[in-house]
Amino acid sequence: MQIVLFTIFGLLAVAAALNMLLQRHPINSALSLVVVMMSLAVLYWSLGAEFLAAAQVIVYAGAIMVLFIFVVMLLNAGEETRTHGSKIASIAGFPGGAAIFCLLSFVFLKYRSVLGTAQLGGLQAGAESNLLRIAHSLFTTLLLPFEVTSILILVAILGAVVLARKEL
Amino acid sequence: MVPTAYYLVLGAVLFCIGIASFLIRRSVITIFMSIELMLNAVNLTFVAFAHMWGQVSGQIFVFFVMVVAAAEAAVGLAIIIALFRVRQTLNVDQVNLLKN
Repeated sequence: MQIVLFTIFGLLAVAAALNMLLQRHPINSALSLVVVMMSLAVLYWSLGAEFLAAAQVIVYAGAIMVLFIFVVMLLNAGEETRTHGSKIASIAGFPGGAAIFCLLSFVFLKYRSVLGTAQLGGLQAGAESNLLRIAHSLFTTLLLPFEVTSILILVAILGAVVLARKEL
Repeated sequence: MVPTAYYLVLGAVLFCIGIASFLIRRSVITIFMSIELMLNAVNLTFVAFAHMWGQVSGQIFVFFVMVVAAAEAAVGLAIIIALFRVRQTLNVDQVNLLKN
């Protein structure tokens, strides 16, 4: 069951991410990114993070991507033109990215047995709910960071309003 | 029963697609989207490790990453709108105010 879920939604996420990379029009990229986020929500759920799966759908796929799509439509962004800019990105960037990927997957696959296996469902069988544990940590030991995020969101909203005003 | 390593490798694949997208796309909005893709890949890694250790700390990190990503998206898109108003373009090759 878990391997089936992982295969289907993992492949879907990779395919949508590649589609995002290859599409020329920003709106197509944005919609592909929504598919990536939905598949990641299913993977979170399969790893026993139900709260994060819901937050992923609501915050990322619901709020952030809608904001992106609104901005793409507001600015009437067309297709990208082919670049004749610097070639440094392709000379240094792609081998670098491939090297990071090779290194990471080599390490992960080498220590595969140490990392163990993932089982469908909650963190531990018979444990109290995942949401309860997150809430307990957030409202006791991590209360200060949690409150600071509210100030961060407030400042971000004010900053967005100020930046997007007509007369800058 | 999926090895945790597979989830981590999936995260690495998505992260590297994000890097490639960041490097080859020429639209500011798409570059911004690839940053979100990279954040999501890292979130998957956090959740996989949280599952592996049976702890919720990784999930709380993901929560904070989501909050910061939401704030960043709001400010970043406002900057993109302001930039578009001044330069009338979204192409990063033509945004060279700081070059001289």
